[in-house]
Amino acid sequence: MKHNQPVYTDNDPQNELVTLNLGPTHPATHGVFQNVLQLDGERIVSGVSTIGYIHRAFEKIAEHRPFYQITPLTDRLNYCSSPINNMGWHMTVEKLLNIQIPKRVDYLRVIIMELARISDHIICNTIIAQDTGATTTFLYLFQFREHIYEIYEEVCGARLTTNVGRIGGLERDFNEIAFAKINKFLKEFPIALREFESLLNRNRIFIDRTAGVAEVTQENALSFGWTGPLLRATGVDYDVRISEPYSSYQDFDFEIPVGTSGDIYDRFLVRNEEMWQSLRIIEQALDKIKLEPKGIFHADVPEFYLPGKEEVYNNMEALIYHFKIVMGEIDAPKAEVYHAVEGGNGELGFYLINDGGRTPYRLHFRRPSFINYSMFAKMSEGMLLSDAIINMSSMNIIAGELDA
Amino acid sequence: MDINFVIEKFLLVTILFAITLLIAMYSTYAERKVAAFLQDRLGPDRAGPFGIFQPLADGLKMFMKEEIIPTNASKWLFMVGPGLAMLCACIGTAVIPWGQDLNVGGRIIPLQVTDINVGVLYLFGVVSLGVYGVMIGGWASNNKYSLLSAIRAACQNISYEVAMGLSIIALLLLTNTLSLREIVEQQHGWRWNVLYQPLGFLIFMICSFAETNRAPFDLPECETELIGGYHTEYSSMKLGFYLFAEYINMFVSSAVMATLYFGGYNYPGMDWVAAHVGPIAGPLIGTAVLFFKIFMFIFFFMWVRWTIPRFRYDQLMNLGWKGLIPLAIANIIITGIVIAVVNKF
Repeated sequence: MKHNQPVYTDNDPQNELVTLNLGPTHPATHGVFQNVLQLDGERIVSGVSTIGYIHRAFEKIAEHRPFYQITPLTDRLNYCSSPINNMGWHMTVEKLLNIQIPKRVDYLRVIIMELARISDHIICNTIIAQDTGATTTFLYLFQFREHIYEIYEEVCGARLTTNVGRIGGLERDFNEIAFAKINKFLKEFPIALREFESLLNRNRIFIDRTAGVAEVTQENALSFGWTGPLLRATGVDYDVRISEPYSSYQDFDFEIPVGTSGDIYDRFLVRNEEMWQSLRIIEQALDKIKLEPKGIFHADVPEFYLPGKEEVYNNMEALIYHFKIVMGEIDAPKAEVYHAVEGGNGELGFYLINDGGRTPYRLHFRRPSFINYSMFAKMSEGMLLSDAIINMSSMNIIAGELDA
Repeated sequence: MDINFVIEKFLLVTILFAITLLIAMYSTYAERKVAAFLQDRLGPDRAGPFGIFQPLADGLKMFMKEEIIPTNASKWLFMVGPGLAMLCACIGTAVIPWGQDLNVGGRIIPLQVTDINVGVLYLFGVVSLGVYGVMIGGWASNNKYSLLSAIRAACQNISYEVAMGLSIIALLLLTNTLSLREIVEQQHGWRWNVLYQPLGFLIFMICSFAETNRAPFDLPECETELIGGYHTEYSSMKLGFYLFAEYINMFVSSAVMATLYFGGYNYPGMDWVAAHVGPIAGPLIGTAVLFFKIFMFIFFFMWVRWTIPRFRYDQLMNLGWKGLIPLAIANIIITGIVIAVVNKF
């Protein structure tokens, strides 16, 4: 099959179509990737997606790193919801090592993952609004993403690339300020989210711009491997949190919103509703934590969980484990595992093959942005330029996740 | 022609020009403050108290920036574009009556640069020319995004001028004159045209938004699709001219709306006030009232911009041709019938 090479310039003066290089740096791409479009007026006749502008060879780098050093790489996949990536990676290794995680740790992880989901959906939905021209909603809701970052700061000290948690649990317990900030967020965010919805959900211009635009059938979505809010907007109720529960999601009571036509408006509503459901999950998790024994924030796996410095200086076993972990002298079992979590954009999978060594033999990230984006060029055919751009925003393509 | 007349007009033009530029400058500041207020932010607050020197700093920045003319651009047209946009924006103020006649020591000084008897047509002509600045600039840049934007701007302005013109026709049926001064004088004592022409005003206002390229009709410069639109390739003060022209246009549009529909410098109880404060203060209060109305409209422009999303190109055309033009025609017919019936009985 001949590869579909993009044409970057108009070489033929007789050609009636105009070649437009949308990207790699264009305000609407929100990252570095390119679409070479053939335009007839404002209508897109055909398009070719070019990716790889920020490919950093994470999968190859991971082959040379011990497991705990791969966490910072996962931060830089979907940097809008780093904690989900971090947790997904930890859980993959825990699956490989067969570590049982205490319930309290699971719930703490659920809290931070759901906060990350909210922050991810805030970005996507406000960017849809921003790209249709409603700047105020974008900036107004964005301050709550800032509040979520402040919670991250309390939990792990970082804001964007969090590197939160360790294999076997969390690096430290949530402190009182973190809980206070979460409670404050739970109180304030619903008000702002309701305001956000009241500005857009029934806004005639917004509905005209989004409803019926970029409709996707269930068959198409499934055959392109779509997951996450995009797939749910077409009406398929697939959510990893339900179908393959991890981190004790089975203990929680929440709903999976689905759309009907898969258009941009449905995607927007699905994401909005997921934010409400995430708030519900966080509330439940806070209640459940109160019932669990206090102070547990990691599993009892001394050979993989880095002990605290106080332990290392006063306790010989801890010193030995500390040395072995830092020097990378602990072998992991020979096995092949796949673990998926529900990321902001869909099923974020980690396929890890270990040949018994200290680093992965092969690690593959199943990045939802990459897989979702494969349909973009095909979808754009016949669309207006403006529609293609809000379609791109509604797919929430994060360049870091697209290129890995 | 006596020399006093020339001096008087020269002074008026200079003052008017200065005020226009000042208002345009501070509109940029107001826009950022209004946006900040609506978005729960602080807005510019570094340059001077409350950031009131921000426009000066911005202007200085614009002048100091490197001027880049793209290699493949059509150089002369590239320079003509912003100049034309600025020129057309500025000369619109000439026919607007800014106040009642001043009586300085027996000499009558009209607060209007010129009272031509086709003032409304003149305004239309000037506003229509404004789009040439955008088109020429967009075409001369030799950039596809600019070109797309120029096409959008041309289509949008032509379409919405039709509806705007039709909405004015209904008003002219009522006023029987094209002179802006006479239109204002007729609205003396609460007979504001907006009360007789609410639908016409609504159409006119929507078209004003489209003519000034403000949200929700800011398609020619929507940054998320066309980067900067027609001014993508512009830098330094040429870019400044385009941005400035937009704010001047907003000011002129507000002034026109206030003049045509909201009584211009008329305000309730102005005869009583004029009789008590003297022949100079009276008209000046009227001018202040006119500016108050203009500022209200400018605020409304900003409020809308920071509240609602923008249209898509085809939806914009739909609204213009299928929504506003039929409504404007219906408005003309209804107005005509009502006037005929009222005159008959």
